[in-house]
Amino acid sequence: MIADLGFFALFIALLLALYACCSAVVGQVRGEPRWIASARAATLLCFPLLTISALSIMYSLATLDFQLQYVAQVTSRSMPMYLRLTALWGGQSGSLVFWAWLMAAFTSGVMLRNWRRDRDLLPWVILVCMFTLAFFLVLIVFFENPFLRMWQGATGAVWTAMWQPAGAQAYLPVDGNGLNPLLRHPGMIIHPPVLYLGFVSFVVPFAFAIAALITGRSDDRWIRLTRRWSLVAWLFLSLGLILGSRWAYDVLGWGGYWGWDPVEIAAFMPWLTGTAFLHSVMIQEKRGLFKHWNMLLVILTYDLVIFGTFLTRSGVLSSVHSFAQSAIGPMFFAFIAITLSASLALLSWRWNTLRSEVEITSLLSREALFLLNNFLFISILVICFLGVIFPLASELLTGQQITVGPVYYESATGPLWAALLLLMGVAPLSAWRASTARTLGRAIWKPFIASLLILAALLIGGMRNPGALLGFWLCAFVGFVTLYEFWRGAAARSARGENFALALWRLVARNRRRYGGYIIHLGVVLLAIGIIGIELFQQETQGSLAPGERLQLGGYQIEFVSLIEFQTDDGRLVDRAVVDVYRDGRYVTQLYPRQDFYFESGQPMTISGLYNTWESDVYVLLVGWEPLSGQKATFKVYLNPLVNWVWTGGFVFILGTLVASWPERESIELAAPSRLRGRRVAAGARR
Amino acid sequence: MSRSRNKFLFGGLIILAAVVYLIVSSTAAGAQFFFTVDELLADGPGAVGKPARVAGAVLGDTIVYDTETLTLSFTIVHTPGDTRLINDEGGLAAALDAAVADPTRSRLQVVYVGVKPDLLQHAAEAIVSGQIDESGVFHANELLLRCPTRYEEALPAQAQG
Repeated sequence: MIADLGFFALFIALLLALYACCSAVVGQVRGEPRWIASARAATLLCFPLLTISALSIMYSLATLDFQLQYVAQVTSRSMPMYLRLTALWGGQSGSLVFWAWLMAAFTSGVMLRNWRRDRDLLPWVILVCMFTLAFFLVLIVFFENPFLRMWQGATGAVWTAMWQPAGAQAYLPVDGNGLNPLLRHPGMIIHPPVLYLGFVSFVVPFAFAIAALITGRSDDRWIRLTRRWSLVAWLFLSLGLILGSRWAYDVLGWGGYWGWDPVEIAAFMPWLTGTAFLHSVMIQEKRGLFKHWNMLLVILTYDLVIFGTFLTRSGVLSSVHSFAQSAIGPMFFAFIAITLSASLALLSWRWNTLRSEVEITSLLSREALFLLNNFLFISILVICFLGVIFPLASELLTGQQITVGPVYYESATGPLWAALLLLMGVAPLSAWRASTARTLGRAIWKPFIASLLILAALLIGGMRNPGALLGFWLCAFVGFVTLYEFWRGAAARSARGENFALALWRLVARNRRRYGGYIIHLGVVLLAIGIIGIELFQQETQGSLAPGERLQLGGYQIEFVSLIEFQTDDGRLVDRAVVDVYRDGRYVTQLYPRQDFYFESGQPMTISGLYNTWESDVYVLLVGWEPLSGQKATFKVYLNPLVNWVWTGGFVFILGTLVASWPERESIELAAPSRLRGRRVAAGARR
Repeated sequence: MSRSRNKFLFGGLIILAAVVYLIVSSTAAGAQFFFTVDELLADGPGAVGKPARVAGAVLGDTIVYDTETLTLSFTIVHTPGDTRLINDEGGLAAALDAAVADPTRSRLQVVYVGVKPDLLQHAAEAIVSGQIDESGVFHANELLLRCPTRYEEALPAQAQG
């Protein structure tokens, strides 16, 4: 019953989405506002309908209605309630519904805003959003229906259908397959929806961009309207990537956090274009440059989002051998081809109205440096894209599949990341229109000297790896430049009599976008320090130990104490070792690396013991033991320097994005009330 | 005006050339030929010592793990390299099951030193990178595993050497 309701709601939503597309266009062409109002109402209705649909899947998951194929695939009796509910995005068809649901929610949010100033854009925004939604709903209803039930015929054969076929009985498995134990991790529970939030919110800027193209508005209104959407989209995308890395580090047990897997790259590519977009729109707002380029970036981001959704869920590229295995693959490619060519056609049609208002003249001007930033991001995108399609392309061209591994990505993008890092330090100090080396130098020389001191300290400390020296020096330089900017701004304020901390607070609060951006840059510096640390200085060792024996790794000693084996109520056999960690002979902590064996799925899961400091992580894996005697156990130990900086950097990064995207009042209303607010804050501080 | 445009064009071309150089040189360093078990064995002595990447279905009975030395040894069975052939067999999961059940298919012994991945089990797909030696044993320095029967989404690389 509930499943029928969910399917019905889904189907109606599809009809409404298609209707909204048509009626928006008809209303616009005929100039009849009531058609557009009707399209808007239909758009608003999609959200409650898809809510019903999503809730009915969650209800079926919670009550373990195993007749539904989807429920049987992703849940099992032993799974706790929160895992059953979050299995909504545990499989392909459920996550498509989740995607559509988010899309409907965001579109409703856009519909409810004030359209007085932008009435001409409305029908086209509806068209783009609802066309995208309709595509996903078609996929769900006709190809990946999560409400399909399983039926058994007289011959015993089992097949799936929405409603009972003649002569068939309901087929009810005793238990479901359940979610793979590797995915039962908090990071993996929130990572997909966060990534999806990022994906879906990028549709909104795209819709406004297309609306601006169709209506021929060449100003930057669409950018201003969607600035916050882009930032929020980017925030979620970044957060999703960080959470995914953390999951890989905790769960996958090879001491790494990023493996240049095609699925990871698929989520990374829209982030790259999105980052380029966020930077280059600032130039359009300030100087009226790069209009074509921004359109191109938002179009690319949109199609990479669709591509990413497809890859991360369908698993097509997970192995080069299973490419296009999924039935919905060709549909996705067709949709991407249609939207990409239609958008590019629109862009070329409006090419002349989007000419830049001025020309860049100075190579060191901020415009030029931002252009370089975009160029670097797009180069990294091209490298990633080539890497992902390399096996396919090589097979088409030579008949022999050739793949490229992490080495390719690391060595091709490494220098570009370094260049971006340097640019991140210099560009914010350059002036609009024209800077000279002299003016730039004046802003930079103090942090530059400070960073040389760090470099000298590293050399005296005995570091000789040229890559690491260059990397750490860059991090120090950019970090100091950025901190110096904060200091200069706050010092200028406190010279007028404000207390320094308050000055700093107000400086950031009054220029959220700028200083939020700087905080993000500081986060990137921390991330870079951590990445250089783990990539260049990771150490590992392994060995079989009897109780009391020790392994030695980079100043740490790991001593095997004991091992016990026990069963748990939720169907696991746990082998848990106790190891003591010593630093230069002094006891520091005890760790419990273990291996859980899930009876139900026959799947073992290795859980590391982790000792975490600012300097490095000691990451201990239990890889083998003698089952009966418990006399000897084998461990693999990684020493991962500076990993903590990666997570801290991620946190600072997200914090900065929050600051930059925190709502500010529209600039017109801002002037008077903000002065009042400032006085109130000051009064509060005095009290 | 045109002088400044030339300046930008020139700068852009230099950076473009640098990026192209990076891509080409990294491709040369990071590229691996992807083989099926049949293709690798057909190359015979010609394949010895060359970097290669092979995919196949894991035979559960052959998995031996020496925890003293962390030496992992197992045998993989030929699976078709062509998507169409895999689809003809009913998808990746069915193709892997068919492979492990078929004693006539060619097999390859793989040796890997490191942590035994959790996903290494009967009828999983193993993708190994490394090289084959004269005796026909494949020495892997990277081992990736997929079990398409267990869940839909792809897991990223599980083990790396």
